[in-house]
Amino acid sequence: MKDNSYSAVMGRKNDIMKKAIGIDYAVFEDDGIGFDYERMMRETGYSLEEMQEIQGRTGVGNTPLLELRNITELARKMAAPGKGARIFIKDEASNPSGSFKARRAANAVYHAKKLGYKGVIAATSGNYGSAVASQAAMQGLKCIIVQETFDSKGVGQPEIVEKARRCEAYGAEVIQLTVGPELFYEFLLLLEETGYFNASLYTPFGIAGVETLGYELSMQCRERYGKDPDVVVCTNAGGGNLTGTARGLIKAGAVETKIVGASVDLSGLHMASDTQFNKKSFTTGHTGFGVPFATVPDRSDVPRSAARPMRYMDRYVTVTQGEVFYMTEALAQLEGLEKGPAGNTALVAAFSIAQEMDEDQIIVVQETEYTGAGKHIQPQLSFARDNGIEIMFGNPKAQVPGENIILPSHPSLIKAVDLDLDKLKRSLIKNAISSRAEKKLGDKDLMYLITETKTDKAYVLSVLKELGIDL
Amino acid sequence: MKIKKGDWVRVYRVIFTPDQRAPQVPDDTKKVPLEMWVKGFCQSDAQIGDEVEILTITGRKEHGKVVELEPTYKHSFGNYVPEITQIGITLKEILFGGDDNER
Repeated sequence: MKDNSYSAVMGRKNDIMKKAIGIDYAVFEDDGIGFDYERMMRETGYSLEEMQEIQGRTGVGNTPLLELRNITELARKMAAPGKGARIFIKDEASNPSGSFKARRAANAVYHAKKLGYKGVIAATSGNYGSAVASQAAMQGLKCIIVQETFDSKGVGQPEIVEKARRCEAYGAEVIQLTVGPELFYEFLLLLEETGYFNASLYTPFGIAGVETLGYELSMQCRERYGKDPDVVVCTNAGGGNLTGTARGLIKAGAVETKIVGASVDLSGLHMASDTQFNKKSFTTGHTGFGVPFATVPDRSDVPRSAARPMRYMDRYVTVTQGEVFYMTEALAQLEGLEKGPAGNTALVAAFSIAQEMDEDQIIVVQETEYTGAGKHIQPQLSFARDNGIEIMFGNPKAQVPGENIILPSHPSLIKAVDLDLDKLKRSLIKNAISSRAEKKLGDKDLMYLITETKTDKAYVLSVLKELGIDL
Repeated sequence: MKIKKGDWVRVYRVIFTPDQRAPQVPDDTKKVPLEMWVKGFCQSDAQIGDEVEILTITGRKEHGKVVELEPTYKHSFGNYVPEITQIGITLKEILFGGDDNER
């Protein structure tokens, strides 16, 4: 009988993964610390035209770009004269599964089917699960979703419980677990048992799927306003949303557009903690994923992640839980758009950043997500209150994640806070070097680090010098 | 509660006891087991609490203690949160409420 202890299954990881993705990542590896990212994307991904065709076949993409006139007007009331860019939102909730994740799933499931897999498995508690389940239903594959759902008292975040319902509505099997990183263990066992495809969030096909979003954004702005957006804000967790959108913008030729990442500040909360699991009111789009995935992109469930946000990010800001809930309500009350909260993380950032920009500039929030029972500010705030979280009006910056949620007492208190991008880049370089035994780096390694951090030779050399690394 | 073979049920199983948990798990999580729930068609007559085998919707065999017959969803829109009502009132006052509120 097979040894299914934690260490034995983790030891079979590479073998299981190779069979479950159909990519031999080794061929893209360099001798040093790097790998050929663009070659991986080229050889295992799809062209933009192919993706539009694949997605179009299942009604994914071509979502509307909506101007938020009242929210723009509100931002202008808070801004200096002449300031306050026009704020737009890309209504990704109108995708079949209710979020931009349908773009990722469409490609992944199409690819699985093309390779002859009978089913797909994804480990996710979020919108990606319903996206994979929806696509599996459309493309006739079986689907299993593995979720981290409950704490040790059996209490589940309403948002995650709703996601399970949605997956089951599309005919998927949902396996629900309590808190812990061993979800990955269960995921590996299931891949091994079923021989299904690993519809990971981080494969080249998944990330490439989001490129159509960035491309559409550029085309919609050019058609209507004769120019590309000045700024695009992406809610950032694992980095795929930002990476795919930025790559799509670049493919459209929108190279001047600035890319901003935004995450909910959950600093101080441990993501694998049983007691803190239900103290957070956001299950994604937060710093608990955003920061580690930015600085160690290859921590995901594939050997080399196709999500590499630091290659594209011009700025990274945090916002608070209270601000996101507040703006979600503002979107409903001022724009008549009722959407799920998590996708509105970028909206908070855009509302704040728009006030730094000129009135004739354009800032785009590149997603919305569906809403409903469980996945809505009402149940999420109600759940927080039931879990001992204090909810009040005040200055959102005084929040303590896990203890309170402070809704801004006035919209002028909504402010995006910059994360130190330089610090994150240094951290990325340090992590990239520590992952390999070689202490001496070559020119290829240097080039890799420059691209990974979106910096230049002088920058990387100075960081390496500080770390005591010679070339 | 009497469960008949073929009924739709939810089963529960402990994947790891606290001492079997992964080394990187934080201390509080290490004190509790890793638990799993999954739904499927019961493969035998049973009572709530019995160990059973099920066939999941994808046709996989699973096993565990049966904890629920015909499980349904209980999540909702939660209780009324008075603060939410205030947000719209404040915003509309600032945006459309007249000159007094303008900077």
